[in-house]
Amino acid sequence: MYSQGLQDAKGGQEPEGLLKAFQKRIDNEEKIEPRDWMPEAYRKTLIRQMSQHAHSEIVGQLPEGNWITRAPTLKRKMILLAKVQDEAGHGLYIYSATETLGISRDEMTRQLLSGEAKYSSIFNYPTPSWADMGAIGWLVDGAAIMNQVPLCRASYGPYARSMVRICKEESFHQRQGYDIMTVLARGSRAQKKMAQDALNRFWWPALMMFGPSDKDSTHSAQSMQWKIKRFSNDDLRQKFIDATVPQAEHLGLTIPDKDLKWNEERGHYDFGEIDWQEFIQVIKGNGPCNKQRLAARQKAHDEGEWVRKAAEIYQQNQQDTV
Amino acid sequence: MKLYEIFIRAKSGLNHRHVGSLHAADPQMALQNARDVYTRREEGVSIWVVEAAAITASNPEQSEAWFDPAADKIYRHPTFYPLDEEVDNM
Repeated sequence: MYSQGLQDAKGGQEPEGLLKAFQKRIDNEEKIEPRDWMPEAYRKTLIRQMSQHAHSEIVGQLPEGNWITRAPTLKRKMILLAKVQDEAGHGLYIYSATETLGISRDEMTRQLLSGEAKYSSIFNYPTPSWADMGAIGWLVDGAAIMNQVPLCRASYGPYARSMVRICKEESFHQRQGYDIMTVLARGSRAQKKMAQDALNRFWWPALMMFGPSDKDSTHSAQSMQWKIKRFSNDDLRQKFIDATVPQAEHLGLTIPDKDLKWNEERGHYDFGEIDWQEFIQVIKGNGPCNKQRLAARQKAHDEGEWVRKAAEIYQQNQQDTV
Repeated sequence: MKLYEIFIRAKSGLNHRHVGSLHAADPQMALQNARDVYTRREEGVSIWVVEAAAITASNPEQSEAWFDPAADKIYRHPTFYPLDEEVDNM
């Protein structure tokens, strides 16, 4: 769905001329393609960001997959199934784009399962209620879209192209979430309470998805220079808040932030302080569901081993018979 | 498993176009996976799968030597030839 936690990859000694020519291509809005020369640090930064993005799509299936068998109607079940299938597809598009940088799929899987590679902090929150499916689609996919639309113009061709596909599909995800929230918000008192409760739990974690505040984000400048990143974390977060508040008001739901108010002068909403300690803890692996999520991935990986083995033996047999 | 590059024809009349890659044990599995991964929303009417190892590509480091010579052959374009106003379009 999207990634966070970029770090600077410090490159070694590379010829000044090549580096300059590379930056010039970027400045001219040329796309970089897999076999083109690129600084090692650019390659590393992309591998980190893209693999974490792919991991987020894959792990992101878990909080929702939980509700497929519990969806309230057949219609909702079919929609949720399609959405979760999309997340798997998004993960595969980005894995395939990341492999063009020279890292294998197996190595990326290893890094996810060992905890070396991160994924979006948002997926470490539990989804105890059906309304959470609404809040995730509306807020989490909504925040992801804010992040991903600029990535469609990222300087690395395969990444940008996979983002174009993903953004097209993601828009259905957000709308189906808002649709769930709309039905609940206009339903019985108990249903409206469910919707409000889900908003209360997912609002702040959704704001954290944009990553640390610009003043604490040490790695943004290089990514901006390389045009991997186009807007700062704080700018995107503000854009998300400005777009989402009226949507909540429309449903008669209350954003759980007592400091939230329209600032006429700025032309934006002012909002309260984000609990960055919570964000850091979740990133570190101490969120409510970090252990369950990784355990579920590990279990799926282990239980799929015989399938991978069978496929390999089948491939071998096919070659032998040729 | 092997890496396959996937090409999709969006509708008849158009070329197959590269959309991405995936891993599969054989071409049949690659086709089935490509159907699920790349055509969930009617993006195609035909799929080609090609083992990535079977593709020979030009070298980007030689792209100047390969492609620049075309730049100074402007006489290959119709606009190189001025026409009298009376003739106008041709």
